[in-house]
Amino acid sequence: MDYSILIGGAAGQGIETVAELVEKMIKRTGYHIFTYKDYMSMVRGGHNFVQIRFSDNELYTYDNKVDIIFAMTQETIDKHSAKLKSGGLIIGDESFVDENYLKLPLNKIARDIGNNKVIGTIGVGYIAKLFGVPKDIAKNSVEEIFKNKDVDSNIKAFEAGYEIGIQKYKLDRFEDDKILINGNQALALGAIAAGLKFYCGYPMTPSTSVMSYISKHADEMEIVVDQVEDEVAALNMALGASFAGVRAMTGSSGGGFALMIEALSLAGIMEIPIVLFNAQRPGPATGLSTRSEQADLRFVIHAGHGEFPRMVIALRTPEDAFYQTARAFNIAEKYQIPVILLTDEYLADYDITIRPFDFNKIKIERYISNENDIEDERYKRYKYTTSGISPRLIPGIAKEKLILVDSHEHNEYGNIDESIETRVNMMKKRMKKLEALKEELIEPEFIGNEDYDYLLVGFGSTYGALKETVSRLNDENIKFAALVYGDIFPFPVKSLNFYAKKAKKVMVVEQNYSSQLKSLIDEYTDIKVENSILKYDGRAMNANYIITEINKIIKNKH
Amino acid sequence: MKCEYDLMKPSWCPGCGNFMIRDALKIALEELSIPPSQAVLVSGIGQAAKMPHYIGINGFNGLHGRALPPAIGIKMANKDLTVIVESGDGDTYGEGGNHFIHAIRRNINIAHFVHNNQIYGLTKGQASPTTALGQKTTLQYDGVKLNPINPVALSLTMGAGFVARGFSGDIKHLSSIMKEAILYKGYAHIDILQPCVVWNKVNTYKWYKDRVYKLDESHDFTNFDMAYKKALEFGDKIPIGILYKVEKETYEQKFSFIESGEPLVNAKLDPNNAKHLLKEFY
Ligand SMILES: Cc1ncc(C[n+]2csc(CCOP(=O)(O)OP(=O)(O)O)c2C)c(N)n1
Ligand SMILES: [Mg+2]
Repeated sequence: MDYSILIGGAAGQGIETVAELVEKMIKRTGYHIFTYKDYMSMVRGGHNFVQIRFSDNELYTYDNKVDIIFAMTQETIDKHSAKLKSGGLIIGDESFVDENYLKLPLNKIARDIGNNKVIGTIGVGYIAKLFGVPKDIAKNSVEEIFKNKDVDSNIKAFEAGYEIGIQKYKLDRFEDDKILINGNQALALGAIAAGLKFYCGYPMTPSTSVMSYISKHADEMEIVVDQVEDEVAALNMALGASFAGVRAMTGSSGGGFALMIEALSLAGIMEIPIVLFNAQRPGPATGLSTRSEQADLRFVIHAGHGEFPRMVIALRTPEDAFYQTARAFNIAEKYQIPVILLTDEYLADYDITIRPFDFNKIKIERYISNENDIEDERYKRYKYTTSGISPRLIPGIAKEKLILVDSHEHNEYGNIDESIETRVNMMKKRMKKLEALKEELIEPEFIGNEDYDYLLVGFGSTYGALKETVSRLNDENIKFAALVYGDIFPFPVKSLNFYAKKAKKVMVVEQNYSSQLKSLIDEYTDIKVENSILKYDGRAMNANYIITEINKIIKNKH
Repeated sequence: MKCEYDLMKPSWCPGCGNFMIRDALKIALEELSIPPSQAVLVSGIGQAAKMPHYIGINGFNGLHGRALPPAIGIKMANKDLTVIVESGDGDTYGEGGNHFIHAIRRNINIAHFVHNNQIYGLTKGQASPTTALGQKTTLQYDGVKLNPINPVALSLTMGAGFVARGFSGDIKHLSSIMKEAILYKGYAHIDILQPCVVWNKVNTYKWYKDRVYKLDESHDFTNFDMAYKKALEFGDKIPIGILYKVEKETYEQKFSFIESGEPLVNAKLDPNNAKHLLKEFY
């Protein structure tokens, strides 16, 4: 089984709460959930929708076909009725001009209850009955969500909706042993698990929910959260905190990330560990604030004046967001470099049920030296070593040694030094750190079985869509496999070379116009990428889209 | 631990006010018995901002205009450190103006010493935000067309709890207000008048010397109106000393775990401390 429910309405009509309710009751019944959200950048008006897909099997992405549409406005019907599967059902208040939907007396019931804000909850009651969600579970979910506000009228609304409902589907009850989480929450949680003590940032969709999640738990977890004056301050401030020895992080979306770049270069020359993220949205400039794209890949790889080592990790799933974020802190501190987490609006916002995170898998490795082990009488913050990594001391914690970090080219002590010798040696020292880093990169994940004709290559949040694509095509005996990048810079090539060799054709799948992943493959390998499946309409990649594009390509060739 | 004050030969011009400011800072730190390892000097870019290279305490010589943000990060990470920011007038009031305003809003416990030579020294004599209206420079050939800002009037109106004006030509006086600024619990701003012997031929040592006078007991530094009046006095007479000083809650004090706990840098990190946060996702 695999159902999808679309809930649509105007901004301000509370579809988020309706969605949360539906998610909760279905999850509690034991099902896997994948919720895709499409919000316009408006506080009031516009049209928003949420698609909740659920199944007794694991889900990796959304479906662009739906079984039920709960329309809060006529516009929902206009915009989405084409997505309805055959046999599907549209429900909404009886007042809409349309005739081809199930007209329910939602407004009337709400008026009788005396609260016009409960229309959504009446619909939820109807949906609960329709799918045969156990009533106790559904009702508990209503109570939980409205515990601080209007609980009585919402319970009445739920009961009334349930009453007029007609059961059409049947859900078995399973154990609910999963968590429901989105990418930004998982990223924030990964950072907190890794010992984050300082977060600063400036609000910008779709990065903000990382900061608000951390802020919500800041006091109990003893984390300083600072909403700074601008993103320039953000990274400079986080670098100060990291210099002083705490794990610090900042993040933004493209425009805010752009403002951090001078300080990114500063992290490079100062060799201060830092973790920062870019939750991509479509640019240029303000672009589409609440939508998704993968067009900042080249940007984050190259961002910063001058040359310095860095690592970029593309987050593929909420699991990645948790575990890779935590790992990023270790890598940043081990190599004393900036580690950039590349995510996007889609991954930031979709909700998914997954196995609970295993906190025992998180290792905290600090790589901070003890001043008693420093032999030089005067501490050399930038001491030349074979690895290029110099022993790091923390100011104030070291009682006998002074630490000087500097944005100029500097000598081993951190003092300004413009000599040819120092410049050349320091460049080599910093860049040398990449050698060891390259040895510990995680190769892209291979999806599929060894028998394939076509290899799809992608990165980051398209993981779920690629996974579903491969499994659906293989079911039809069209032999596809996929390779999806997490660690993406320095660019790992071992697996790519290995798997590409065995493929008849290599195609990339990415959400941008210029096929930036292909350009990386061109740059670092001799592999010929024959096709690019691209999407830059701001809406997330999904399996149906990829399969349609693949069919076009395959048909053209035969 | 021996604190060396001449680690590197300064690239300041002979007669530059920066030497005197450094002497004053050194005296202040020594008289307050602050161990060099327990203090951090944060700066941006400019001639003034080279200070961390020329004095023996911990140093963070960051980006032009960006001295305050890392200083805030450092102080929040380790409240036990004495955090001092030294930067130029261009650094602070120009490139870093936004951070200046917001540092005052935070009232974090750091001392900020601005070397105000009313010119861009390092980049060879362009106007700074404090260069006088009409003054000719190496870039403003027919004179500056923007009105100068009054740094101390600005910080006062923004609500700073400690505002002072110093003069590099009076080391003893300067070091005494520096000491007060360092001891002050909150953001302390000293705008230090300083000649630039090469690039500012108007505001010379003599120009300042002829104008500055020390505020005496008759000045009530807890009286805002009086302080503001003195802040605006910048012409034939320029008062120096502490203009305003009142107690205020600091930024750190608003974080209970910082106020009553160990410095954050000493926190024991354990992933399992966060495990309970998973609950809300079930
Ligand atoms: C982002 C950036 N812009 C410009 C510069 C060039 N720059 C360096 S210092 C400076 C002005 C210095 O003036 P001030 O802060 O008053 O310091 P002073 O040299 O007078 O002590 C400028 C414009 C820079 N280093 N970085
Ligand atoms: Mg200056």
